[in-house]
Amino acid sequence: MELKEKLVSSFLAFENTVDVDAPVHDIRSQAIKDFEEKGFPTKKEEAWKYTSLNTILKHDYIVFPDHENTIEFRDVKKYFLHDLDTYKIVFIDGQYSSHLSETTHDKIDVCLMSSALTHDKYKVVIDNYFNKIAKHDGLTSLNTAFSKEGAYIYIPKNKLADKPIQIIHFSTGKETAQMLQPRNLIVVEENSHVQIIERHQSLTDNPVLTNSVTEIFVDKRAIVDYYKIQNDNEHASLIDNTFIEQQAQSIASVHTFAFGGNITRNNLNFYQKGEGIDSILNGITIIEGKQHVDHNTLVHHIEPNCESHQDYKGIFDERATGVFNGKIIVNKEAQKTNAFQSNNNILLSDRATINSKPQLEIFADDVKCSHGCTIGQLDDNALFYMKSRGIGEKEARALLMYAFANNVLESVKIPQLKSRINKLIANKLGVNLGFDL
Amino acid sequence: MLEIKDLHASVEGKEILKGLNLNVKAGEIHAIMGPNGAGKSTLANIVAGKEEYEVTQGEILLDGEDIEELATEERAHKGVFLSFQYPVEIPGVTVTNFMKTAINETRKAQGLEEMPAKDMLKKIREKSELLEIDRKFLSRSLNEGFSGGEKKRNEIFQMAMMEPKLAILDETDSGLDIDALRIVANGVNKLKSAENAVVVITHYQRLLDHIVPDYVHVLYDGKIVKSGTKELALELEEKGYDWIKEEINA
Repeated sequence: MELKEKLVSSFLAFENTVDVDAPVHDIRSQAIKDFEEKGFPTKKEEAWKYTSLNTILKHDYIVFPDHENTIEFRDVKKYFLHDLDTYKIVFIDGQYSSHLSETTHDKIDVCLMSSALTHDKYKVVIDNYFNKIAKHDGLTSLNTAFSKEGAYIYIPKNKLADKPIQIIHFSTGKETAQMLQPRNLIVVEENSHVQIIERHQSLTDNPVLTNSVTEIFVDKRAIVDYYKIQNDNEHASLIDNTFIEQQAQSIASVHTFAFGGNITRNNLNFYQKGEGIDSILNGITIIEGKQHVDHNTLVHHIEPNCESHQDYKGIFDERATGVFNGKIIVNKEAQKTNAFQSNNNILLSDRATINSKPQLEIFADDVKCSHGCTIGQLDDNALFYMKSRGIGEKEARALLMYAFANNVLESVKIPQLKSRINKLIANKLGVNLGFDL
Repeated sequence: MLEIKDLHASVEGKEILKGLNLNVKAGEIHAIMGPNGAGKSTLANIVAGKEEYEVTQGEILLDGEDIEELATEERAHKGVFLSFQYPVEIPGVTVTNFMKTAINETRKAQGLEEMPAKDMLKKIREKSELLEIDRKFLSRSLNEGFSGGEKKRNEIFQMAMMEPKLAILDETDSGLDIDALRIVANGVNKLKSAENAVVVITHYQRLLDHIVPDYVHVLYDGKIVKSGTKELALELEEKGYDWIKEEINA
């Protein structure tokens, strides 16, 4: 049976595990119909021209892992930012792991989607926000249909989350291939501030396919910093669908560090629903082998006097392939928009590929929009300069790659995270420079 | 220390050096002057080991050892230093971290332990004072946004840190105002000893008022066509290069 049919027929079994009378279930029922109609995207669609899911859809995935695998903290400690005090929402094979997590209900809610969807206390927030900005394309609908578990974060107005929040999804898939549908909802009310770090990590050589949906609401003057660490093994694929709605004078930033995985697709969507908004989209991609990373961004400028800043750096070695597809829409009403987009790439091998495509749809006449894309190699002259100071080839190349990605790294606001990203990059490049940049 | 014998070199099939000979002994300062396009920078880059140049004939010996087959960094480990005409900007890597990496990589290659942090700091402090470099400057990204003068001063600071056997200064005077020129020259003079040697590549005499050469060579059309003492530099300053060209072509 094809994966699509298997998923559609699994929906009946899924219904046995959730409250079918809850209003949310109407949304799920509609979503499975949408998925059935639309299915998985194919390369015939413009937005999927350079990313084929064929190879990862042919596995016989377990759709709901029903047994609970346990993991000891010491075995997975390295995937946490453990030198920093944080809240943690941890899932193993899609199931909440209470012993690895640290949640709270003290002034803010950092907990589980499964509780939020079932307890009355959260009903107002769920009614107001759940599935309000997620699209109705095939993949997002699939996630919506099976939405049950994930992170639920609610920061009421005038609150500063007292520490960053880590959301970590482990997959163990001991027996077989596994498909996961995590669903996150993050609501940050007026004047509030939160920092979130998200990571998906497979602990198995069996194939894993994660189709994640995250909705983030950023109310007036709120600030959200979201960091995605994508450094998975070569059997794990991720489709990340993130939707962010911002109100007036809010600032939202998403940093995506794509360092590994089989196929990684980031659908990152920003909707600006007020004036004076700033949206920041930064990314560093460093991949090799046959890995594939696709950044598909949308910034929709709806109101006047807003800004968006996109800065994506990519380094591709061996037969790795990258895609950057950045769409900016400026509505007729969105005068005085400043929208900037830059995508710079280095190809370290003749067989590596990057497809970079800016798409600007501008309907206002008084705006500043710019986009730039570069594809190049490491600068021989700069390499010669470093080597003439006694620095070896490998280290010299690494320093240049750091220098290339530096401004994105600089914009990470959590020092411990910045240091961790530094180490991940150093590991990838096989160097020990003896200092953090 | 440095012996170059009948050196022929080309880049992209075009011959630039056409039988160059040069002999630099420890304790000496040599100046190489010449018109644009004579091959001055090519010579500097070839000695430092830039890959795009192809040596088609001749030898480059450092303390009697042929260094032609050595990689750029291996030459640096043996004490060759090139002060760049156009230093490269490296955002995100501070001057201090760059020097730490350079020195420790070099020590590693020489079979030495990493330099203890305390010694490194002391050395950085000493050498930055020598070049009159502000401490804040050291935590800036290497060459990023530096003025022409700051870049050159930073090159000589790196030279001071690396303590090379053979330093080649490629147009170090270009882009320097008179104060910076004095500081840079003073730094070079202080670093000079009986054990090391300096080759100054320059267009103009003015740097040679401050770094006084033992020998002056004129490089023209890929060869050293005339050698003399510091008086030759003064003559070149006064008369230009045309009389040399005429002598050659006669």
